[in-house]
Amino acid sequence: MNIDSIKNGIVIDHIKAGKSMELYHYLNLENLNCSVAIIKNVVSKKMGRKDIIKIDEDIHLNLDVLGYVDPDTTVNIIKDGVRIEKRHPELPMQLVNVIKCKNPRCITTTEQEIAQIFKLTDRKNRVYRCIYCESKAKTSKE
Amino acid sequence: MQHLIDICDLSVAEIDRLIEKSNDIIKHRENYSEKCKGKKLAALFFEPSTRTRLSFEAAMLELGGSVIGFSEANSSSAAKGESVSDTIRTVGCYADIIAMRHPKEGAPLVASMKSSVPIINAGDGGHNHPTQTLADLLTIKREKGRLNDLTVGFCGDLKFGRTVHSLITALSRQNNIRLILISPQELKIPEYMKQEVIERFGMPYEETDSLEKAIPNLDVLYMTRVQRERFFKEADYIRLKDSYILNLSKLAHAKADLSILHPLPRVNEISVEVDDDPRACYFKQVLNGKYIRMALILKLLGVE
Ligand SMILES: [Zn+2]
Repeated sequence: MNIDSIKNGIVIDHIKAGKSMELYHYLNLENLNCSVAIIKNVVSKKMGRKDIIKIDEDIHLNLDVLGYVDPDTTVNIIKDGVRIEKRHPELPMQLVNVIKCKNPRCITTTEQEIAQIFKLTDRKNRVYRCIYCESKAKTSKE
Repeated sequence: MQHLIDICDLSVAEIDRLIEKSNDIIKHRENYSEKCKGKKLAALFFEPSTRTRLSFEAAMLELGGSVIGFSEANSSSAAKGESVSDTIRTVGCYADIIAMRHPKEGAPLVASMKSSVPIINAGDGGHNHPTQTLADLLTIKREKGRLNDLTVGFCGDLKFGRTVHSLITALSRQNNIRLILISPQELKIPEYMKQEVIERFGMPYEETDSLEKAIPNLDVLYMTRVQRERFFKEADYIRLKDSYILNLSKLAHAKADLSILHPLPRVNEISVEVDDDPRACYFKQVLNGKYIRMALILKLLGVE
């Protein structure tokens, strides 16, 4: 894979420097068959330093995950070497099976095959709470 | 189909109607004795809570219905590892309505997602206990004649006390409620309750560690138990426990029309000498709990 140019795939740009591994993990990119490049600490006019992730295939990307981990990213969809679409993730109202509830008293710890659902309860402070026990999820800011 | 999982599942208007209905039940008991004839309540108590279970059972029996269920997880399929979802789908085949208590937080919500009949949360761990809050609200309404324009004191364990958080949340939707939060430093109300409820809805409040200083201003005093196990050091518990005991000498400084509530069971935080004072409402609160559960069962079953 040529890091500079992708023919068909996705470039996640403007990732806050140091956040790319976390995104890689949340987006389950380790399970992909295609090549994925993580470029860290790139000099950026806008941000000082930034990370970039390049995925060598046009996969279905969970934008909610991006919105949760780092809502300032830009998603570029590349086709035949040309950017055909540019998307900005939004802070999702709900996260389904992205993060797990850490409260040991929560029903999600014992009930089999139950969806892990978190709701945005405070947009300003980006607070998500488990819909079952209302425990606060650690925001990616922390 | 409606469930009651969290007190906020009910609008203020719905709570008002439940209170009206309870008052009507209290006045005209005979009119309700056959309202739920042929209907069954399943009381699924995955952890024991005798008083809550008895309240639900008495409520259903007084409506002419019958009760099935279990009173601890040991004797139930949960002991064999059955999921809440499966238990609920099974019980839904036998019962018209389910009251469920479970040690895990959120279990009744999971149940409501899978249930074919209405679910009432009868307590999920340290999380919610909405029918207790309904009993509290009915008691305040009956004693004070209103749910607004009140100075309400909460005393004791404000950190872990779910009944406290739930009642404050319910009161935050009323007008002109002033809070006085009385607790030791170790058991102060959590920050999120302040930010997400009290301050968010603009409720005037003050925090104090002195019940004596606070008591003259109160219209309602909600007492809770200060539990020994909440303290790291036995010495702290011993030092503090007496400051949060209500007795006649502290009560001497209170208003003549104060209403004293307690979710019960109590240990020693209200001296027995207070029981005969006309301001003690905690046993009426138990009775009110049964009446408002009757009103709730009628509502969720769609019986007029
Ligand atoms: Zn949870």
